[in-house]
Amino acid sequence: MPCLEKPVENNLLPLSVADLTVAYQDKPVLWDIDLDVPSGILMAIVGPNGAGKTTLLKAALGLVPMAAGTVRIFGAPYRRQRRLVGYVPQRGSVDWDFPTSVLDVVTMGSYGSLGWVRRPRRREQEAAMDALVKVGMQDYAHRQISQLSGGQQQRTFLARALVQDAQLYFMDEPFQGVDATTEWAIVTLLKELRSQGRTVVVVHHDLQSVPEYFDWVMLLNVRRVASGPVEEVFTEENLRRTYGGRISTLGLNGRARAQAGS
Amino acid sequence: MNPAELLHQLFFDYTVRTVALGTGILGIVSGALGAFAVLRRQSLLGDAMSHAALPGVVGAFMLTGSKAPATLLLGAAISGLAGTLFMIAITRYTRIKEDAALGIILSVFFGFGLMLLTFLQQNPNARQAGLNTFLFGQAATLLASDVRTMAVLGGGAVALMLVFWKEFKLLSFDRDFGGSLGYPMQGLEILLTGLLVVAIVIGLQAVGVVLMSAMVVAPAAAARQWTNALGKMVGLAAVFGAVSGITGAVLSSTGAGLSTGPVIVLCASVIVAISLLFAPNRGLVWNGLRSRRGRSETGI
Repeated sequence: MPCLEKPVENNLLPLSVADLTVAYQDKPVLWDIDLDVPSGILMAIVGPNGAGKTTLLKAALGLVPMAAGTVRIFGAPYRRQRRLVGYVPQRGSVDWDFPTSVLDVVTMGSYGSLGWVRRPRRREQEAAMDALVKVGMQDYAHRQISQLSGGQQQRTFLARALVQDAQLYFMDEPFQGVDATTEWAIVTLLKELRSQGRTVVVVHHDLQSVPEYFDWVMLLNVRRVASGPVEEVFTEENLRRTYGGRISTLGLNGRARAQAGS
Repeated sequence: MNPAELLHQLFFDYTVRTVALGTGILGIVSGALGAFAVLRRQSLLGDAMSHAALPGVVGAFMLTGSKAPATLLLGAAISGLAGTLFMIAITRYTRIKEDAALGIILSVFFGFGLMLLTFLQQNPNARQAGLNTFLFGQAATLLASDVRTMAVLGGGAVALMLVFWKEFKLLSFDRDFGGSLGYPMQGLEILLTGLLVVAIVIGLQAVGVVLMSAMVVAPAAAARQWTNALGKMVGLAAVFGAVSGITGAVLSSTGAGLSTGPVIVLCASVIVAISLLFAPNRGLVWNGLRSRRGRSETGI
C-alpha cells in the first residue's frame, strides 16, 4: 500500500506546484499554476466561485487528474508523502445521515497509517478521543453524526485531520457556515498547528478575515493572480484583478480590507 | 394450511428445507451488500443490474444448450456487469445523467432478454422450458447443489465485505478523504459493485430478474430505520433478508402455485412498512407522537 511507504521529511518546501493545469472536458479549471508554500505558515486561498480553489487542493492530493505540471510535497510526489499530509474536505461533501458516530468518523484519521484491512484498536480510538478534546467535542464522541450542528460537523472533520498528525494540512472552507464559537476554536487550532511548525493551506471565502487569520495568501482565478505574505499581496489592485472589479473596499487601517460583492 | 403445518414442513420436508435454506442465504447476502448499495445511493443500480442479467441467462443457454445453474449464473453475471459498465461509460462520456442512463440500460437489456426468451419459446425445441422462471423466480426448482453454489458464492462475497469493511466504509462515507489516504477508491468501488452483482445473481433463480432489486433495497431500507451504526445496519439487513427469504419460500411452497419471488418481496415489504411506521426515532408513528407531545407541552 502506497501510504505505508516511509515518507521523507526534510527542509524542502512543504508544497511546491509548477505549471499545474487541470481541465474538465477541455475546459481549463486551473491554468499554469506556480505556487511555493514555505514551512510553518497559515495560507489562505481566495478567489471567486469557480476559480478552481477546491480543484487546486484536490490536484495537490492526487484526487483529480492533472493535464500538465508537477506537485511536490516536501520535495517528492504526493503518493510517497501521504503520511505527511492531512485533509479536511468540504463539510457538504459527505452524507451526514450516514449511520456512524462522531468517534468513528474521527478514527478514520488513523486509516492511512493503519493500512489495508487492519482495524482501529484502542490506540487509534484514544488518539481520536484526544483529537476530540482538542476541538472541544469530547462530550459528543458517541453522538450519531446527523445530530450535529454545522459547527460541530466541522470540528469533527478537524479532529479527524488532527488524528492524521500531518506536517502539511489542506482544509477546504473550514469556516463555511459555522457559528462564532467554532470559528474562534478553529482559528486557535490553526495558530497552534503553526506554532508546532506545521503548514496549513486553507480555502477561504471571507476576505475580511484574511489579514487577521492568515500570514500568506494566494489570490486565484483559474490563473494565479498573486501569492505571498498578506501585507505584500493582499492589495486592492490584486483583489480587483482576481474578482474583476466586483469589490467594495473598506480601507480600514490602511490595509485592503475587502469584501466580494455579488 | 395452518402455521404449525408450515413450520413442520420447514423442518421435516426435504424440498421445503432446501428451498428455504437457499432463499435464506440469498436474503442474507443481498441484505448485507444491499445496505452498502442503499447508503451509497445506488439502489437503482441493483435494479438495472438484475434486469440486465436476463439476456445473459438466455444467451448462456443458447450458446451452450445447458441449463446448469453455474452456466446460467455466469451468463447472468457477465451481462449484469456489462450493463453496469455501459451505464458508467454513458454517464462518464456523454451528457446523459445517471438516472437516464439507468433507464436506458435497464430497458434495453431487459427488452433484449425478453426478445431472446420469446424467440426461444417459439422454437419447437422444448428444452428451453423453465428459463422463464428466471423472470419471476421459482424457488421450488432449487436443488441441493444449487444451494451449495449459492452458499459458496454468497459466503465468499460476505467474507470479502467483512475483510474490506474499513475500506468500504471509507468509500461509502467519504470517498475523497479515502483517496487522499492512498486507498484506490475506484478499485474498491469496482470490487464492491462486483460483490453486489454476486448477491443479485445468486438470487435470480429463486426471486427472478424483475424483483431481485427489491431484495437489495428493502431489507437495507428497513434496517436503516432501527439503528445508527453501520455494523448493526448491515447485520439487521441480513437478518431481514433471511426472514423474508425463508418466510416467502415456505408460503409459496404451500402449493397455491405462487411464484416465490413476489411472495418473498411481499414479506420484505411488510418488514419495510413496519419499520417505516414503528421504528423508534425515525418511524412515522414515533415522530407523530413526539411532535404531538411537543405541541401539548408548549400548550399549542
